[in-house]
Amino acid sequence: MSDATTRADDKLDRPLGQKTPTTAAEKAQAEREPSKTRRVKERLTSPWATAAAILIATLWTIPTFGLLVSSFRTPEEIRSNGWWNIFVSPSFTLENYFEVLTVSGASSANLGQYFVNSLVIAIPAALFPIAIATMAAYAFAWIKFKGSGALFVLVFALQIVPLQMALVPLLQIFSQVLGISGTFPAVWIAHTIFGLPLCIFLLHNFISEIPGEVIEAARVDGANHTQIFFRIIIPLSLPALASIGIFQFLWVWNDLLVALVFSGGTADVAPLTQRLAELVGNFGRNTERLPAAAFISLIIPLVVFFSLQRYFVRGLLAGSTKG
Amino acid sequence: MTSEFFSDLAAKFGLMFLGLAVFAAAVGVILFLADRAPKRGRDVWQLLAFLAPAMILLGVGLVYPAINTAVLSFFNRNSSEFVGFDNYVWMFTEPTILTTLGNTLIWVALVPTLSTVFGLAYAVFIDKSKGEKVLKSLVFMPMAISFVGAGIIWRFVYEYRAVGFSEQIGILNQILVWLGQEPQQFLQNSPWNTFFLIVVMVWIQTGFAMVLLSAAIKGVPVEIIEAARLDGANAWQQFWNVTVPGIRSTLVVVVTTISIATLKVFDIVRAMTGGNFDTSVVANEMYTQAFNRGEFGQGSALALVLFVMVLPIVVYNVRVMRKQKEIR
Repeated sequence: MSDATTRADDKLDRPLGQKTPTTAAEKAQAEREPSKTRRVKERLTSPWATAAAILIATLWTIPTFGLLVSSFRTPEEIRSNGWWNIFVSPSFTLENYFEVLTVSGASSANLGQYFVNSLVIAIPAALFPIAIATMAAYAFAWIKFKGSGALFVLVFALQIVPLQMALVPLLQIFSQVLGISGTFPAVWIAHTIFGLPLCIFLLHNFISEIPGEVIEAARVDGANHTQIFFRIIIPLSLPALASIGIFQFLWVWNDLLVALVFSGGTADVAPLTQRLAELVGNFGRNTERLPAAAFISLIIPLVVFFSLQRYFVRGLLAGSTKG
Repeated sequence: MTSEFFSDLAAKFGLMFLGLAVFAAAVGVILFLADRAPKRGRDVWQLLAFLAPAMILLGVGLVYPAINTAVLSFFNRNSSEFVGFDNYVWMFTEPTILTTLGNTLIWVALVPTLSTVFGLAYAVFIDKSKGEKVLKSLVFMPMAISFVGAGIIWRFVYEYRAVGFSEQIGILNQILVWLGQEPQQFLQNSPWNTFFLIVVMVWIQTGFAMVLLSAAIKGVPVEIIEAARLDGANAWQQFWNVTVPGIRSTLVVVVTTISIATLKVFDIVRAMTGGNFDTSVVANEMYTQAFNRGEFGQGSALALVLFVMVLPIVVYNVRVMRKQKEIR
């Protein structure tokens, strides 16, 4: 993890209102006389707790690590013995990655195409719901109207309607009314709809916390809702928009169910997850391809995760620890 | 092949930018018109402009389908004939579906409990320790991985090779062999295979629980913990009597969120066993019935059962939310 991320995480994790030493002099003083936090820290950190933490971290990491190592071994080795043997007889190859990405044909993985599909699906499907949800969240937070509270509770409750309930009728609308079933727009719209309740809920939490005086002042100056929205709400909510956008992007990238139903399953539209699920379906025949294939699907989420972790975490916290 | 790939790439990204442009234009036009609405009733027009897109999409995409599915569950396989409660009778008399319902209950009992316990323990263990950020990232990382990716990762962990046939390539069986045991078919031996699938979900959700609980633990005032310590409370008493009550609301959020995610889980079962060997859950069975077998009536009935299982959680959440609004 980069230094910048670490520092930002520090800021994020610190309880509100706790003062931190900023100048060199303050830091030196903090080191001379340990603060309350430090004394408590000494009491709580026992060697047993640390050992247990490291044990859990190791257990949690080994499965992914094993797959990463496998993806760099030759197909024969993947089939014949376990990845831990690489420590006895080290040998690395990039062959698997070339194979699954570039070789095309009915029996090969063709992942290059599906990777493009995933990107083309996930970018609009992250932006659309954020935009629409921001507008709705603003209306719920700052436009007074009858039944506002009840409608908001309804939207919140929709969060929990299982997608499984919506699939069949929505598919019928797409194929019979709009005629777009099995195309990118169908997948975009489906993801937008399914992402909306959570996005509205999280963004509402954030937007309703904006101080009323700011908006009141703008209104006195003669600004209407559209102007307030673009000049005040959007600039002030950028951090929340970023974090929830990342969250939605990862969710769409990792989705299988919506893709299975709305993409039509062809190499023209279907995302990586669907192709992977098909490859897993013939696990025995694809054993040597899977580690590299899985890692290709993990690259974007892991890059997003490790570089934007603090925004991602903030998005999670926005709706869950407040209140 | 490469030129074909690149023309395909250009076409797809072209479509994507076109989609983004159309969307931006549509939103722009709506807001522009709201801005220029006649003075009389301008507030109403502006409210509509902000709220209508979301409400129309939700109405068409969630509310109407949910009602429609509920209705379909009382019709036969291709929705041509009203059959009353037949689909529900089928569900509660068919042994494989009963197994599926039972599995779902096991999932929803175990995943939230285990994820929260592990996440909480881990958050406490690493709190203020050295390298906290790195340790956090390691356990949180599975959150970024798709369920399908996680399924593949764990299939390799559980992979089985018969004795004498070949060397083991799954680490779990290798450990059994090293310990002098017989290798096991973890994903095929019912009923234990369900628990091995649950391990995967716990592996994913623990990081989520840990991050939220860790943030909540840091919000518990140091002074209170200090006071408890001065009163002679040991580490366990401090944790149980001070920390846990201090993070109760976050605990509720974590448990309910993971419960909902667990009830809807579909990809893990799909990617690891396909629902075979008695491992299916309601969410997966619904997909199998409706989309693989064309049994839309039975699939819809299963979806409705799923909704009924989630309903108490919705009601509870709405009540908590109402209470919080009153406090504000």
